[in-house]
Amino acid sequence: MPSNLVEKYFRTEKLPQIWCPGCGHGVITRSIVDAIDQAGLDKDKVCIVSGIGCSSRAPGYMDFNTLHTTHGRALAFATGIKLAKPELKVIVITGDGDATAIGGNHFIHACRRNIGITTIVYNNNIYGMTGGQYSPTTPKHEKGTTAPFGNIDKAFDICDLASAAGASYVGRSTAYHANLTTTLVKNALNNEGFSLVEAVSGCPTYYGRKNKKGNAVDMMNWYKDNAVTAAAAAKLSEEQMAGKILIGEFKNKPEPEYTSEYQKIIDKLAKGR
Amino acid sequence: MEKKELKAGEVSYEKLIINPSWCKGCGICVAFCPKKILSIENEKVKVDDIEKCIQCGMCELRCPDYAIYVGGKKNEKRG
Ligand SMILES: Cc1ncc(C[n+]2csc(CCOP(=O)(O)OP(=O)(O)O)c2C)c(N)n1
Ligand code: SF4
Ligand code: SF4
Ligand code: SF4
Repeated sequence: MPSNLVEKYFRTEKLPQIWCPGCGHGVITRSIVDAIDQAGLDKDKVCIVSGIGCSSRAPGYMDFNTLHTTHGRALAFATGIKLAKPELKVIVITGDGDATAIGGNHFIHACRRNIGITTIVYNNNIYGMTGGQYSPTTPKHEKGTTAPFGNIDKAFDICDLASAAGASYVGRSTAYHANLTTTLVKNALNNEGFSLVEAVSGCPTYYGRKNKKGNAVDMMNWYKDNAVTAAAAAKLSEEQMAGKILIGEFKNKPEPEYTSEYQKIIDKLAKGR
Repeated sequence: MEKKELKAGEVSYEKLIINPSWCKGCGICVAFCPKKILSIENEKVKVDDIEKCIQCGMCELRCPDYAIYVGGKKNEKRG
């Protein structure tokens, strides 16, 4: 028997996952079901949607209504689901590539609309599934199979991007900070509008190996030692913050949610007839 | 504490349960167990001294494969 938590929320006959040993994705997935459990949500009223990538394999293991869609389009499918069934808690699980490269446009517009979707980006700074190509979040000068001499692009800060685009809830955690991930996802689920939780995940197989970050344990230790809360960051200079990961809740500013605004139009027109 | 072999190779020490068939030997639980009572043998996790386990759940919290967890009340409360 697996633990009660795993037994209740996972398709245990499909475990263990396909992920590599020590991949951060499994830790984050557990934190998400922990949050769903703590939020007391009805499993049948939750729909989890993903795109394509190692991260996007997560819903396949999770015992809810789940939908595995096409690369970059999870938020487009999720928008349709939320509009058709606003009573559902719609959750999107996506990767940094899925959400901010091919799916970047869907991402910023879902934020802008403030539609009631909780999006969790498993950010491993690389395209894991396809063999380690650099992604929009690969830090400058770091390596990928498509950047053997170092990436010269500037990385996206997913939280800043979501916040600027209009997401009403934004936070960041790491695979090491599993309880923080749970807290952020729980708060995100309680926000009616669009919520973004970035969960920094270790890909020891590609990002780790290409950039000499060591094994899975070394990567977890790196998050432990280099993650800084906003309060602590306030006391550090820009130089001291270089290479560090800012974690915590950055924005929790509820605003009118898209499907309820849409319903208002329907109600108004229905009255007029 | 008594060590019991359950179905499918699962090992129960009652306060801690291990499922070696799901364990990928990544070593994360070993590294972050505050009591340092876990180790890896033949690419699987192994408990060296169950008496010292304080059921803190740090192993369960970060195991990417849900192959180790705290038994008893802590488990019963969840899910
Ligand atoms: C339209 C399309 N283009 C490209 C691909 C190939 N592809 C599959 S997964 C992936 C990137 C996945 O990276 P990310 O979303 O960061 O997830 P990870 O595997 O790192 O968790 C790409 C480019 C595809 N499946 N479909
Ligand atoms: S390739 Fe990377 S992201 Fe994909 S399962 Fe392996 S470690 Fe995880
Ligand atoms: S519950 Fe705590 S003390 Fe016991 S094995 Fe796990 S990490 Fe170690
Ligand atoms: S963390 Fe999990 S998968 Fe990794 S060695 Fe420990 S029990 Fe095995």
